[in-house]
Amino acid sequence: MSKLKDKKIYEKTWAYKFFRWYRGEKDPFLGEVEMKQGESLEENVPMEEIAREKRDLIEKAYDIEHNKEIKVFKKFYGVLSVLFCLALTFVLLLMVSYSPKTGKPGNPNENEVSARYIESGLQETGAVNIVTGMILDYRAFDTLGESHVLFIATITVFILLRIDKDEKGKEKDREEANDRNYEPKNDAILQMAATVLVPLIIIFGIYVILNGHISPGGGFSGGAIIGAGLILYLNAFGFAKTERFFTEKTYKIICFFSLSFYCLAKSYSFYMGANHLESGIPLGTPGAILSSGLILPLNICVGLVVACTMYAFYALFRKGGF
Amino acid sequence: MEFVQNFPFFSILLSLFSGTVTSMLNGKWAKRVNGFVISAVMVMSAAVLFFVLKTGESYTFMMGHFPAPWGNEIRVGVLEAFMALFFCVIMLLSLIGGRAHLKEEIAESKQNLYYILVNLLLSSLLALIYTNDLFTAYVFVEINTISACGLIMIRQNGHTFEAATRYMIMSLLGSGLLLLGICILYDCTGHLLMSHIKESVVTLWSAGGYHIPLVVAIGFICVGLAIKSALFPFHSWLPNAYGYSTVSSAAILSSLVSKGYIFLLFKICYRVIGWEVILDSKIINILFVFGLCGMIIGSLSAIQENDIRRMIAFSSVAQIGYIYMGVGLGTTEGMVASVYHVLSHAATKSLLFVAAVGLTDASGRSKKFSDLTGAGYRNKLAGVAFTVGSLSMVGMPAFSGFISKLLFATSCVQNTPYKMLPTLICLGISTILNAIYFMKTVIRIYTPVKGSNDSILVKKSVGYAGALVCFMVINVVLGMFSTPIVNMIQIGLEMFS
Repeated sequence: MSKLKDKKIYEKTWAYKFFRWYRGEKDPFLGEVEMKQGESLEENVPMEEIAREKRDLIEKAYDIEHNKEIKVFKKFYGVLSVLFCLALTFVLLLMVSYSPKTGKPGNPNENEVSARYIESGLQETGAVNIVTGMILDYRAFDTLGESHVLFIATITVFILLRIDKDEKGKEKDREEANDRNYEPKNDAILQMAATVLVPLIIIFGIYVILNGHISPGGGFSGGAIIGAGLILYLNAFGFAKTERFFTEKTYKIICFFSLSFYCLAKSYSFYMGANHLESGIPLGTPGAILSSGLILPLNICVGLVVACTMYAFYALFRKGGF
Repeated sequence: MEFVQNFPFFSILLSLFSGTVTSMLNGKWAKRVNGFVISAVMVMSAAVLFFVLKTGESYTFMMGHFPAPWGNEIRVGVLEAFMALFFCVIMLLSLIGGRAHLKEEIAESKQNLYYILVNLLLSSLLALIYTNDLFTAYVFVEINTISACGLIMIRQNGHTFEAATRYMIMSLLGSGLLLLGICILYDCTGHLLMSHIKESVVTLWSAGGYHIPLVVAIGFICVGLAIKSALFPFHSWLPNAYGYSTVSSAAILSSLVSKGYIFLLFKICYRVIGWEVILDSKIINILFVFGLCGMIIGSLSAIQENDIRRMIAFSSVAQIGYIYMGVGLGTTEGMVASVYHVLSHAATKSLLFVAAVGLTDASGRSKKFSDLTGAGYRNKLAGVAFTVGSLSMVGMPAFSGFISKLLFATSCVQNTPYKMLPTLICLGISTILNAIYFMKTVIRIYTPVKGSNDSILVKKSVGYAGALVCFMVINVVLGMFSTPIVNMIQIGLEMFS
């Protein structure tokens, strides 16, 4: 404070009075206004009686077997839910019968939107696979949101299931040890199958991701395949093996870098697009592996996020951490 | 294009990106980043609001290189920018007001996760406010739902797990219905862009084509969003979710999350289906009846409640009822009143939650009414704040609640011959019921207890006091200077259609 007011002047200010009141040093009513002590609202009933009454009340309230109202309610509920489902089914069937027939020429969804996707999708996005071009270029904002849905779902599962070292250490350790008991120990058939299958699955997943813009597939499906491979590996060889290369730290770093890259790359492209500037990202020759601008790196990012999310879900549900 | 016009896009992307960044930080830095992001978005929204008010017309912003029906698009008008600004202010104040409890009730290692949820929630709210594309709205509704679940259960005990499960089931049902509605609309119109859907819905409706699918779609969307914003028969998830979660979460959920869905519903009414079609489909009559029931039954449940937090939560059911009742009137005046009530309820309910936590802290953490006696003397600022909030909810002049009740009452006597009487009667009854349970609490907290007035020392923090004072100022400003705000809402609604 550069300027100190004189104490007496300060004591007259509004701020001083407010803070004095707020700290509880002086009550503006005390001594100024007549105040009556209120009657005690609770009557003086002995503690045991209150406790007994409370206990009786709770027993009565939770006595489900002898509760007639609950029985009536259950019947009523059952009947009503069946009726409701039937009504909903009827409404939906009625709705479907009046809707446009699937695949009929001249349907409302055969309009300029899908026409442009199909006709000029290849030139505009450089992706042979129109679906990938649509989700990662035309409507990339939706997909950006969608990959954050996965991210936040993992975060919520972290909140619910992650066992942290600082909370209730011993009890949780015992539980963890218990879970290890259920783990298949050196199951020869599973291990043999996994040895053959896991590399194939993961390589296939990588293929699906990298060729997302050329052939059917993409980040979401390829990521799911890789995630499945990781889970199979975990089941065959246990946490001790997987934790050598995949821990929570790895998960965090992978997710952080892929989502950041996705976010920043797309922000750049959105910004350039909205301001009608050239983004300067080459589209390449359609059909080549290094083509279609941002789609390939974005597919890789989405694939990594999906694979990590699947593995993280499994590990968290299994033993609350990895 | 002016540089300011980029700001809505910046604020969505900034809050989304900060969620990712926060995952790498510890709790302390996560808190700082979060505070910075919310303030930055607040400043940017204010700038956008001034820009839109100055130019006097809305604009669309292309997300990417492809124009609207092919690429994504966001749209900015007066109402959108104002809502974004208001939501940021309330969110920041709720977080500051509940900070001491956040530290205490959330495990040290999970602190940063809370801020990830808040950042992503903010981005989803902004996207819901600004989007001009129905499917983008759905994607961000998903983010909103999941992060709201996380906000409830991050304080880990049996009650919150139960509440979060209930919330998740109900909310996913709502999302499912919304998605079905969007699918049917897409099937009938072939578009996802709001303005294009509206064009074809209006022509289809007047030509009589696909009448039944359209009605079903409107019904599904309205019911889905009503479930998510806890309209009366679908409110069973609400009391525990608001009553047992940590105080910032309760304030954010009640004043922002449910309001985000209501805002989406307004947007769908005006920009997707078209107000005339909505009126013609008679769906608003159902919303009107449910709104009226909610006003009465929510208040009655609140009177029976013996837990202050749950009482405030039930009061939310009644207030959501008011909002839907305003929509159900089917006039522009009713809509203006509803939008105003969204603002006033958001400002007041978060104030009440934050103030109530100060009172319970001063009464040994007990939320029971019998322990709250005299709490207004033990924590004076919280007592005053709670009184201000209660008066505002009851509808005392000079506070925000009065203006919204006045707007409801004046709108129902204009152009609504059959709805006037029920609205006025229910408004009257609900106001009396409101007064019963809020004044009961205020009298309770100002009943002196013999002797032990200063027995419990409460740690006072500057942040908490500042948040309460700001909340009260917002309430009084909304109550005293309502004309420019009502004008702004009218301009915004005109820009909608």
